[in-house]
Amino acid sequence: MSLTPTLVVTAEEFVPPGPGDFNLPPVGPHDTFPFLGQEMYLGVTKPMIQLVLAAVLIFVFFRAASAKRAMVPGKTQYVGELGYGFVRNSLGRDIIGSKDFMRFVPYLFALFFFILLNNFFGSIPFIQFPSFSRSGMVYSLALMSWIIYNYVGIRAQGGVLKYLKHQCVPQGVPVAILPLLIPLEFMSNILVRPVTLALRLFANMLAGHILLILFALGGEYLLVHGSLLVKPVGLLAWVLFIAISFLELLVQFLQAYVFTLLNAMYISGALSEEH
Amino acid sequence: MAIEGSANMIGYGLAAIGPGVGIGLIFAAYINGVARQPEAQGRLQTIAILGFALAEALAIIGIALAFVL
Repeated sequence: MSLTPTLVVTAEEFVPPGPGDFNLPPVGPHDTFPFLGQEMYLGVTKPMIQLVLAAVLIFVFFRAASAKRAMVPGKTQYVGELGYGFVRNSLGRDIIGSKDFMRFVPYLFALFFFILLNNFFGSIPFIQFPSFSRSGMVYSLALMSWIIYNYVGIRAQGGVLKYLKHQCVPQGVPVAILPLLIPLEFMSNILVRPVTLALRLFANMLAGHILLILFALGGEYLLVHGSLLVKPVGLLAWVLFIAISFLELLVQFLQAYVFTLLNAMYISGALSEEH
Repeated sequence: MAIEGSANMIGYGLAAIGPGVGIGLIFAAYINGVARQPEAQGRLQTIAILGFALAEALAIIGIALAFVL
């Protein structure tokens, strides 16, 4: 005999959302192949299509915005110039410095709007899947930024060894502490940077979207399967869902900004002559 | 009553206290600075968001380990 109270009638168990929900099967025909004991897909998935869509949309928009280049800007040109000016001034000039920031503005600009639009895909109706909640998409971006700031640094410092000395040997530190500091600086400046850069964007997109799924599914479960007293809580969950969606919009913008900001900081750190 | 689930998540909840307090302190200092000297907002904003990103990295490492371990 069971002593379990039957207050909440559980017709079916509530399944909390997890990272597995982001594992979308490929669109259209695909093959599977075994890899490290796991079944892997070989095909085109939704985030891949979104990456291409974002690139196309950004290209079309900024092409249209910069096509006329009128003295008195129209609406499209104004918005385009606003976005360009934001990236150039607050991310390029203020951080890299007015001497050689213009070389990096195209990269930072493309990066910022590419990430921004891909993050907004998490909230745009009918798409509602942030591309960067798949970690593979983010690792490639982080790898690109790792290659760029190291390459720029090696060029600017004049050689691999000089660059490593610049990144790993802090100035004005007693010699006795250096054996402790050099491995730490090497770890933090060369090895861990791309990992934290990628994980920050990936984990924010994943966790934010899981939170949204949890509120939506939990609200639905409480409304449908909960007892009479529990049902209003389901409605409350849906109200909170709307509030959290707005928070997500803020986070999506902030993460695109932070990713580009850190890229600019790394480039500026690799370029700087002395600490 | 049996509670099922992963103890990792409790650990992550505890680990997130640190970055939470840290981010709170960073923005408290930022608001303080802007209140004292409103014209410095542009400079302070960059520094504040950089500090926020660095403190958040701890929480990110935590959530990665919570899923991995």
